[in-house]
Amino acid sequence: MVTETLVTGAPELSIDTIVHKHNVEPGAVIPVLQEIQETYGHVPPIAIQRVAEHLNIPASEIYGIVTFYAQFRLEPLGKNLVKVCHGTACHLGGAEMVAEALSQVTGVREGETSADGLFTVERVACLGCCSLAPCVMINDETHGRLTPESVSKVVSEMRRAEAPA
Amino acid sequence: MPREKDGSWLVRVGLASCGIAAGGRKVYHAFKAQLGDSGLDVKLKQTGCLGMCYNEVLVEVASPRNKSTFYGKVTPDRVPRIISEHLAQGKPVTEWAIPDGEITGLLAKQKRIVLRNCGLIDPEAIADYLAADGYQAIEKAISSLSPQDVIDEITRAGLRGRGGAGFPTGIKWGFARKSPSRQKYIVCNADEGDPGAFMDRSVLESDPHSVIEGMLIAGYAVGASEGYIYVRAEYPLAIRRLEIALAEAREAGFIGDGIRGYDFDFDIKIRQGAGAFVCGEETALLMSIEGRRGMPRFRPPFPAQSGLWGKPTTINNVETLANVAWIIRHGADAYSAYGTEKSKGTKVFALAGKVARGGLIEVPMGITLREVVFDIGGGTSSGLEFKAIQIGGPSGGVIPARLADTPVDYDSVTKTGAIMGSGGLIVMDESSCMIDIAKFFLNFTQDESCGKCTFCRIGTLRMEEILKRITEGNGREEDIATLEELAQNVKRASLCGLGQTAPNPVLTTIKYFRDEYQEHIVEKKCRAKKCQALITYEIIPEKCPGCGLCAKYCPTGAVTGERKQPFVIDQEKCIRCGLCRNVCRLDAVSVR
Repeated sequence: MVTETLVTGAPELSIDTIVHKHNVEPGAVIPVLQEIQETYGHVPPIAIQRVAEHLNIPASEIYGIVTFYAQFRLEPLGKNLVKVCHGTACHLGGAEMVAEALSQVTGVREGETSADGLFTVERVACLGCCSLAPCVMINDETHGRLTPESVSKVVSEMRRAEAPA
Repeated sequence: MPREKDGSWLVRVGLASCGIAAGGRKVYHAFKAQLGDSGLDVKLKQTGCLGMCYNEVLVEVASPRNKSTFYGKVTPDRVPRIISEHLAQGKPVTEWAIPDGEITGLLAKQKRIVLRNCGLIDPEAIADYLAADGYQAIEKAISSLSPQDVIDEITRAGLRGRGGAGFPTGIKWGFARKSPSRQKYIVCNADEGDPGAFMDRSVLESDPHSVIEGMLIAGYAVGASEGYIYVRAEYPLAIRRLEIALAEAREAGFIGDGIRGYDFDFDIKIRQGAGAFVCGEETALLMSIEGRRGMPRFRPPFPAQSGLWGKPTTINNVETLANVAWIIRHGADAYSAYGTEKSKGTKVFALAGKVARGGLIEVPMGITLREVVFDIGGGTSSGLEFKAIQIGGPSGGVIPARLADTPVDYDSVTKTGAIMGSGGLIVMDESSCMIDIAKFFLNFTQDESCGKCTFCRIGTLRMEEILKRITEGNGREEDIATLEELAQNVKRASLCGLGQTAPNPVLTTIKYFRDEYQEHIVEKKCRAKKCQALITYEIIPEKCPGCGLCAKYCPTGAVTGERKQPFVIDQEKCIRCGLCRNVCRLDAVSVR
């Protein structure tokens, strides 16, 4: 059994604890993976191995689940997660332009993490805030009625706040 | 309408996702802090979604005599005046209030059954739900109706599945009831994945107990003792409010063993979807709950015979379940009084896109699309001409303005080539390109195809490629015919609803906007000025003051010039993203 810390600075909750918490019911593998991602920010390769051992499921099958569902990430996230909504209303409202402005100000395309590790930009199908289109979710906060200008301002301000004094 | 009975002033702040996104929490906390200091006798309440999303943050002030004033687009700096003038002196701040006529216009053609409590009650307080006659229907069912009576009532009401397909709910329950098994399941499908649809999210965030009560009644009717709510992980607020509601319902004895002292046990668990659109399909959803990749399987056996872990399972959509308690309480006749011959009751729609008053609406079946767009939605937001309406999301289609008198019911909508779907309604004006819309949806379904069926996996990809080249000015004469042929094959050779309906956006746009396809292919022209390869941006020298804002935003450095002189766009470098036109405050960038 591997017992060393998986991720530097990771919370106390270990993969073993997470598995045991959910393993009382059938079909627990997805909730287990969800809590692992919640704890570590992504699903580290070693976690796939450990979950496979615990639940007695081939690691290949768990890898299959992780890659099937859009929620799971195999790579660590940047400090801030920016989800750009490309739902129908946002598409009509100019989501492409918002995305373009975002990629300029962050320096990365959708699906990438900025070199300074500050921003991961993701493309999502719909945030369900259609009346506020176009919108973007930064961490847990939704920003609506955006323009290329306003979204650039939000990100620049965040970057300024992060900069060493 | 549940009202506070002690005659004090009441302030309701809409705190569903839309309201919070618009800054609702800040407004709520401003009220909380300042009301506390004021010494006024005012009740402050968080509620869910009242449906007027275009006006978020929405605040309702109700006087002790139940006269309500609605304030739209409230910001924290407006709070002091609302308190000092309206709440302290009884004088509404009329210039910030939404005119009564607008509210009446919005509500006149609506009938709120599913949304009966949304925006009125605190979704995190079971007492509010109980005060609105909540959990009376389950008490009535267990104490005085047999399971078969419940099924008969739902069948007589004519309730059909609101997830999109429209299968009669009572008949579905009847199948599950007849399946011999000691263990049966009820599953609530809250995996709302259509882009542009947020009905289920709003109901779960605003009135979670109505869905829980619907599941209890379904469980009693079919003989199930366990339920799952499969809800998208992308809806964190809905999940949190469901968890609170489940805990409160358990505490109050509505969930668990021997519910309210009767011989009926029922428990409910939440499962979070992990971001796969196909899991809205019932057999894929069951796979996902079982902890596998969400791949649809062949039916029969139907879930009513063999569903979750091989046991009889009834799967109902959120909106369907939210209707159930109302029907049991008011009776089948009261419900079937609304709607048309084959589509009874009401339908909830998420009205969005280029519409003036977007939001969540509930209308009797049979109302026309024109009434929805103009009477309720107030026409287009841009002032441009209404062109078409997209109904049913990626499985649905585009209905042109000339068919706006189509009544909203399952059969009439199906006749147009679209489907009713789960409730997304996207209004489009002249600035929307129909080929671009078709490409948008194909891109979505292609991405979300689970890959099991060849035609869905590869057929949709080929269709997307053709649409892409048409929008890029490389369309070929035979493209329309190829698209139509591929569409028929994808529909025929796909196992589940995703593939069977994926071509609908393409087929309906070809059917109603063939000339636009021709224009793109032959004349290389996009009349909506949306397709980047077919348009040119130019700066109008007479209008340009040389502020340089456009140059700052241009991602490719195509815009150059000297300050205070007109700027120019280098067409070689221009990628036609439109940012320059969007940021220009003087409308000095033209598009051709």
